[in-house]
Amino acid sequence: MFSSAELTALALTLKLALVSTIVLLVVGIPLAWWLARTRWRFRFLLDAIIALPLVLPPTVLGFYLLLALGPSGPLGRFMDALGGHSLAFSFSGLVIGSVIYSLPFVVQPIQQSFIATGRRPMEVAASLGAAPLDRFFSIALPLARPGILTGAALGFAHTLGEFGVVLMIGGSIPGETRVVSIAIYEQVESLQYTQAHWLSGALLLLSLVLLALVYRTSHHFRIGPS
Amino acid sequence: MSIEARLSLGRGDFQMDLDLDIPASGITSIHGPSGSGKTTLLRAIAGLDRHPGSFISVNEITWQDDQTFVPVHQRSLGYVFQESSLFPHLDVRRNIEYGVRRGKKGPHMLEKAMELLGIESLRDRYPSSLSGGERRRVAIARALAPKPSLLLLDEPCSGLDATHRSELLGYLESLHSELSVPVLHVSHSAAEVLRLADRLILLQSGRITASGTLTDLQTRLDLGLSREEGAATMVEARVREIDQRYGLAVLEHSGGILTVINDAFEPGQRLRVSIAARDVSISLTEPEDSSILNTLRASIDAMTDLDSALVLLKLDAGGSPLLARITRKSAQRLSLAVGMNVFAQVKSVALLQQS
Repeated sequence: MFSSAELTALALTLKLALVSTIVLLVVGIPLAWWLARTRWRFRFLLDAIIALPLVLPPTVLGFYLLLALGPSGPLGRFMDALGGHSLAFSFSGLVIGSVIYSLPFVVQPIQQSFIATGRRPMEVAASLGAAPLDRFFSIALPLARPGILTGAALGFAHTLGEFGVVLMIGGSIPGETRVVSIAIYEQVESLQYTQAHWLSGALLLLSLVLLALVYRTSHHFRIGPS
Repeated sequence: MSIEARLSLGRGDFQMDLDLDIPASGITSIHGPSGSGKTTLLRAIAGLDRHPGSFISVNEITWQDDQTFVPVHQRSLGYVFQESSLFPHLDVRRNIEYGVRRGKKGPHMLEKAMELLGIESLRDRYPSSLSGGERRRVAIARALAPKPSLLLLDEPCSGLDATHRSELLGYLESLHSELSVPVLHVSHSAAEVLRLADRLILLQSGRITASGTLTDLQTRLDLGLSREEGAATMVEARVREIDQRYGLAVLEHSGGILTVINDAFEPGQRLRVSIAARDVSISLTEPEDSSILNTLRASIDAMTDLDSALVLLKLDAGGSPLLARITRKSAQRLSLAVGMNVFAQVKSVALLQQS
């Protein structure tokens, strides 16, 4: 069914999606919180920048990332100074790329959840003696659970299907940057349609299951036991 | 022990300028029409909004002055918002424990609060399965449980239907006699204020127009409360004796004797009763052939026309004020005038609370 090269590609894709989703949540939840609460007048600019990957061709994003991550780019030089390798054509580079690429899919649902919760529960918690961080973890996060689950699933699914950005900054190094979408592209290029079918089918099924879960939670989410 | 607040703030058209100093005991009601700044005042005292230049202190602890601003979570207070705002992801028990877990390691009154508000049986329920009245009671118990130095109640009965409102008022009255936590209560409903308050602060466009004890303010003819349909006089009385033969209780207060239907009272017990202005009629001679039991000797302190048909009298019954609402026709027929001695017949006496 799957050759070892294809299994490597599948495992790499899942690893990339998992690591990216974790980073996306760590970055996205505080960012969404800040965006939901701030009265900063230029907030709209940040909203627009985060939403850019929704409209930008992945190749454009990939091109700029390549310049930034490459040996003469700012991030590349920074890594050089630390004695590390260039981030272009590496797994870490892919993670950075997919985090930026999937950020709107994670930030927006979480931000909407925080906005829907409103300030009142936080005020109640404060009046009951909860300090700011305590309020965030005991009230804001649990109440934003539907948005966080949706964001995580969308971020994961979106990273699974990433192609353009990977092609630009990752290339096709087996076990390092050769993810499923790249493998399929190469199989089709070399007319290996059967293998392409298997891999495509696997990705299709995985994405469908994830999206079905997202829609199920967002439609049937109830707080507390039903 | 007292609650002091000096506030001066402006927000667009709205200006608030007031100076408050009330004893930290019993229920103080802030009453005024919507837009008079009641909620603004409550939020400022709690520290939910910060208005520079204000001063707030509770029991000699300064919560805010020019140098200090104690954040809300470090103030010993309970705040019940207009919407109950229960945490939907926690059951009733954990909602109520929320503040107790975070409070100072001192005495709390979680069990007492649940008992007083009659919500022990709701322990394991989630807020989404509670009725509006139940949610409100849980919210009040949650605010009380950590035993705060001050309980702030913002329109506790808003959004409830008449039955649940009356039920909730009953619970609030029982808190009043059972607890030592001072309450600052905000309401636009005169009926609610008349039932709950010990002291009143009348607010109009961000300014205090009058403040004092409930009895003083509710019997002042120049203020709106005496003109309300439910206008009444609150009387603190003591049970003198029980008349077992007729099932009656004899109460005494500074204005005289009141006979009421006995409701398992004990001699010596203190009661708070209310006499509605519309239940007081006037007679020039001591009535001897009337079914009405309660007749108080009084003199007319002041009188004013309510409308073309009704007249409102403020009586002085042995030093206690008493409102009477009669028709203008009767007032003219009896030639009532300020300073006259009359007999006030009290048709019914409502029990507000016992302690």
